[in-house]
Amino acid sequence: MKNPYLPLPMKLVKNFTETEDKLIHTFTLQYLSEEDEKSFPYMPGQFAELCVFGKGEAPFGIASSPSEPGFLKFSVAKVGVVSTALHLMEEGNMIGVRGPLGNYYPVEEFKGKNVVIIGGGFAFTTLRSLATYMLQPERRGDYGDITVIYGARNPGLLLYKEELAAWEQNPNINLITTIDSAVDGWNGRVGFIPAVTEEVAPSSENTYAIVCGPPVMIKFTMPVLEKLGFPAERIIMSLENRMKCGIGMCGRCNVGGKYVCKDGPVFTRAQLNELPAEY
Amino acid sequence: MIISKKDIPGFLDKLISEYQVFAPVQEGSYTLFKPISSGADAVLTADNTKLPAKEIFFPQSEKLFSYNVTEAGAKLETAIDDQKKVIFGVRPCDARSLVLLDNVFNNDKFQDPYYLTKRANTIMVGIGCNTPTSTCFCTSVKGGPFDTKGLDLLLVDTGDAYVVEVLSDKGKALAEQAGFVAASDADKASAAKVKKEAKVTCQVNTDGLKDKLDVNFYYPIWDKIHEKCLGCGACTYLCPTCHCFDIVDDALDCDGCRVRNWDSCAFPIFTLHGSGHNPRTSNKERYRNRIMHKFKYFVDNFGEIACVGCGRCIKNCPVNLDIRVVLEDVRGSEARLDS
Ligand SMILES: Cc1cc2nc3c(=O)[nH]c(=O)nc-3n(C[C@H](O)[C@H](O)[C@H](O)COP(=O)(O)OP(=O)(O)OC[C@H]3O[C@@H](n4cnc5c(N)ncnc54)[C@H](O)[C@@H]3O)c2cc1C
Ligand code: SF4
Ligand code: SF4
Ligand code: FES
Repeated sequence: MKNPYLPLPMKLVKNFTETEDKLIHTFTLQYLSEEDEKSFPYMPGQFAELCVFGKGEAPFGIASSPSEPGFLKFSVAKVGVVSTALHLMEEGNMIGVRGPLGNYYPVEEFKGKNVVIIGGGFAFTTLRSLATYMLQPERRGDYGDITVIYGARNPGLLLYKEELAAWEQNPNINLITTIDSAVDGWNGRVGFIPAVTEEVAPSSENTYAIVCGPPVMIKFTMPVLEKLGFPAERIIMSLENRMKCGIGMCGRCNVGGKYVCKDGPVFTRAQLNELPAEY
Repeated sequence: MIISKKDIPGFLDKLISEYQVFAPVQEGSYTLFKPISSGADAVLTADNTKLPAKEIFFPQSEKLFSYNVTEAGAKLETAIDDQKKVIFGVRPCDARSLVLLDNVFNNDKFQDPYYLTKRANTIMVGIGCNTPTSTCFCTSVKGGPFDTKGLDLLLVDTGDAYVVEVLSDKGKALAEQAGFVAASDADKASAAKVKKEAKVTCQVNTDGLKDKLDVNFYYPIWDKIHEKCLGCGACTYLCPTCHCFDIVDDALDCDGCRVRNWDSCAFPIFTLHGSGHNPRTSNKERYRNRIMHKFKYFVDNFGEIACVGCGRCIKNCPVNLDIRVVLEDVRGSEARLDS
């Protein structure tokens, strides 16, 4: 019987301050052996419990893509005990990783379809994983147009800036970035994500929309997607209920009879419509 | 088969040499399941134990592993309890609750080795309830005072002896090893009589309850029903089917252990997000979740109500919020309040 509570010890090789406000750090973790790497087969959209030994564990979406071998990446906002302890970790320190947990974005269903990825703030982590996965050269041909709409309050709060710059130049992906209000030197759009989405989103025909972000953004983006003709079955969301076990036992993360950790975190809008709005 | 009451301590003493034996023992004014070192300590005459036998398999606090972490790596040590056990004198409702919990700890995707190893290595010897208490409503939730679900042996108290029903191969082996003798026809008849006469007087009507819960999430009933509830969590800690837990580190820096502790959906921070957002902000949402979980979500997921009618939540709630009344109110709830 595999023990789902045991973390895989991994070495922190980079603790990078991702945003200007310093509240988000991106951690690059290295496997200690090839065997360890094999024991962690994951897909975009899955998450893991990260643990700082002595402090505890907390769930974070996996920001790296399975197409990037050798390491795992997480971007963590500093909000409490574990996340603060993570921010203080130094390169070379051991971090425990328990997972991969949860389901993943339905990349099989995306084949032959256009995909529009809509992300707000620091909820861009697993969306980065998804985009990176689909952009992998041997896989790119499986999908139609890939559009990414990504917004943050100001440019300093966007994650993965180098990568965004590369995507700008990449003909295989159409990136639209937006910030809430104009600042000098900003070349992207200005405006809230729902409005920008309404303006730039591709036709809903043959297209999936994947949406992650803070509750207000989700709330105002949903009607836009409906207006654009996206059926609830082709709107994909990822929930972030508070979790502990990650394996459907501790009873913490349920939305109706579904456990977000085990039955999600990825749900279609249609599935969520059947559940009480306890998220 | 049959065993005379005076032979019970000796029988338990024999078991103790081979198994870790748990039995109800007196703790002040109530009984609790404890490992016993002498058969004479077992108390089989009292009402059901204050805490359910669940805690033997899923303790209030349980070490998952210990660790020692350095720059070179992390040494993790797991100690899974695989000692052979006998639970002696468990009531049918509590035995049934473990069968329900098996669904949780052995779900469609993950297995909990701590719970499942203990379950696999344990023989469950039940004792029927000749005099169900006023708060017992097991027969309303598919159980009964002599229900055999989850048991390997069931003892029926016939006065001077227990008539033993053998319910599984494990139970059969134990009974044979213990040298129980065959019950006479007269013994069997008196056991049958005891079973017939034991009456659970309290009934909860669950007709249509699930259908109602399927539709009433947003009904006004939930605004009222929780009003008395203090959110103390006593009902959840004492319930044999509740399984919420937290996982914490107990450590001095990198030398320590990871522990799981019972938790409760009655507490506000149980679902509090890191962002400060809370999907279940008040007692209303939390109490509704408790009822929904037991009488709808569990039924949707596993086909069974997650309440065995033990009555512990009724006996121990500091404000007498009685689940029997709650269920009746829920069953009669309407989309709008009258008047
Ligand atoms: C599937 C999933 C994916 C996620 N992905 C990411 C991600 O990629 N990046 C990311 O940054 N986050 C992510 N999160 C959110 C992340 O899990 C939480 O921010 C994290 O659990 C916080 O843990 P912590 O120990 O740092 O905070 P905690 O110490 O647990 O505190 C969190 C909040 O609860 C409050 N709190 C805690 N304990 C108490 C108490 N006893 N009394 C009162 N208040 C209390 C704190 O004040 C704080 O506001 C994800 C969550 C899920 C479920
Ligand atoms: S024991 Fe009573 S007061 Fe306490 S949480 Fe349960 S219902 Fe509420
Ligand atoms: S809900 Fe109450 S009566 Fe039902 S099993 Fe739990 S403690 Fe017993
Ligand atoms: S996190 Fe424990 S049940 Fe989902």
